Amino acid sequence: MIARILATARIEANIARRNRWVLIAVLLMVVFSLVLSAAGSAPTGALGADRLSVVVASLTSLSVYLVPLVALLMSFDAIAGEVERGTLPLLLTYPVARWEVLAGKLLAHVAILIVALVAGYGSAALIAILNDAEAVAGLGALWRLTWTSVLLGATFLGIGYAVSALSRRASGAAGLAIGVWLGLVVLYDLGLLAAVVADDGGFFTTQVFPAALLANPADAFRLFNLSAAEASAAASGVAGAAGAIPQWQSLGSVVIWPFLALALAALTFRKVDA
Amino acid sequence: MTSTLTISRLTKSFGGVHALTDVSLTVTPGERVALLGHNGAGKSTLMKIILGLISPDSGEISVCGATPGDAEARERVAYLPENAAFHSALTGLEQITFYMRLRGVDLKGARDLLGRVGLGDAATRRLGTYSKGMRQRVGLAQALIGHPRLLVLDEPTSGLDPVSRRDFYELLDGLAAEGAAILLSSHALTEVEARTDRLLILSGGRMVAEGSLSDLRSEAALPVALHVTAINGYASELMEAFPNAIQTKEGLHLTCAQDDKLATLARISEMRGKVADLEVIPPSLEDIYSHFSRRDGQ
Ligand SMILES: Nc1ncnc2c1ncn2[C@@H]1O[C@H](COP(=O)(O)OP(=O)(O)OP(=O)(O)O)[C@@H](O)[C@H]1O
Ligand SMILES: [Mg+2]
Repeated sequence: MIARILATARIEANIARRNRWVLIAVLLMVVFSLVLSAAGSAPTGALGADRLSVVVASLTSLSVYLVPLVALLMSFDAIAGEVERGTLPLLLTYPVARWEVLAGKLLAHVAILIVALVAGYGSAALIAILNDAEAVAGLGALWRLTWTSVLLGATFLGIGYAVSALSRRASGAAGLAIGVWLGLVVLYDLGLLAAVVADDGGFFTTQVFPAALLANPADAFRLFNLSAAEASAAASGVAGAAGAIPQWQSLGSVVIWPFLALALAALTFRKVDA
Repeated sequence: MTSTLTISRLTKSFGGVHALTDVSLTVTPGERVALLGHNGAGKSTLMKIILGLISPDSGEISVCGATPGDAEARERVAYLPENAAFHSALTGLEQITFYMRLRGVDLKGARDLLGRVGLGDAATRRLGTYSKGMRQRVGLAQALIGHPRLLVLDEPTSGLDPVSRRDFYELLDGLAAEGAAILLSSHALTEVEARTDRLLILSGGRMVAEGSLSDLRSEAALPVALHVTAINGYASELMEAFPNAIQTKEGLHLTCAQDDKLATLARISEMRGKVADLEVIPPSLEDIYSHFSRRDGQ
């Protein structure tokens, strides 16, 4: 079992390397992290926080968009591509279970994501610490951001596999993946904010809104990281509005979502005919 | 000997299309069986059902004692799909190594395996740069991994050059000698009749004939053609003796039933003074194949 998962992970990593996905993911994370840490270096000390904690707060806002995007880009082709190329039937005649195939792909993609995250966050952190030795105080926040980013990435990898299995064509899967990204990461928040404004402190704002934030993996990720960091008061309207949500709830959402998304992926993959 | 593959009364339709109707067959260890049939006869569908990729509507199948698609069956069965496809970014060696890992086979044999199908030199090149025949050989190589008990090969020689075809059938002989059962489909009648033990002909989803070529030949009972060349000037006399014959430029063309062959030859040899040459043309492979393949009307 392990051998087959590792074999699949290995071949997927090779493919991702040749398709430049590794390079693209790393470059995206590094470039955006550096831009942010350069932009975020001005107001240092203003909030009484160390430089790195401030960088982590802005990296959190960045990662909410970027990590799901990178994960979806890596995963949308995973099953649809196999179906379209015609490589799936042969693979399914091998003594390997479908979930093992999925696990292998996940392993490779998570590994690539970790490389990209470490490269991006690492370079931002390095700059912060080089400029200000006090910044080591923010390493805890950085570590928290890193592992929650991996979980967020795994969630969107799972969603990407499900999308891929559902559409069965790479082009359709790409479109659907972009739609999912827009919906979950961008429009969802806009919709919630609009509703909160219209509701003006009523039932929706007090009851539905916190639950709606927790239900969305990207929002839960942001909530958890910002509520954990004290330096974040200024960071985000959505997070500010939901300051009352206890941290264990957002942590629960961050941890449970990868399993939900991967179960969804496994279920949809099972329905794909060879 | 117990059979490796047993299929009985298998039926499968896609919506209104009856892809397979009431198909039964067995393949025993060491046997090389060829599956013939027109385009759309149901050959690939039958193979996919044997592999568990498609589930049948009704009928029973046993593959090495297991149900198609079971982990146990997949351990023992190798498949070459009709259009073997691979990821173009990988090298031949990487692809084969991957398949070997999935089967839990020692990786040391990877280069050897590619060498056996004539890809030794191209092993580290990307599959995207391979020619069609080379991709087909990667497909063959993966089907040889780990001593499968049953090989299901869908048009294995399509795209192969004549020498590679011969090498391929030699490879098959070796596998069959080790006890592997082989079911292959093909449109190339000559190579199939020379290199396999038994033929199965599907037509419109039904099994219309089964047996060795000589079985099929006698079952079809197609007429034998005789070509008689007359000594100059005797053609018309010969025509009188065989009124059913057709006169051609070189001589006479006549046909007779298998059973009448000897009698007809005797009559011709009675006229030996007038006959320059005689040629007996048995029904060709194509004739026999068409006879069965058309019987169910396509
Ligand atoms: N997934 C499918 N959906 C609908 N019809 C199908 C499907 N697969 C096969 N068929 C139909 O089943 C019949 C048998 O097809 P099959 O591919 O088995 O033929 P074949 O004997 O392999 O032909 P060829 O020699 O061209 O490879 C055809 O009429 C085909 O259109
Ligand atoms: Mg076919």
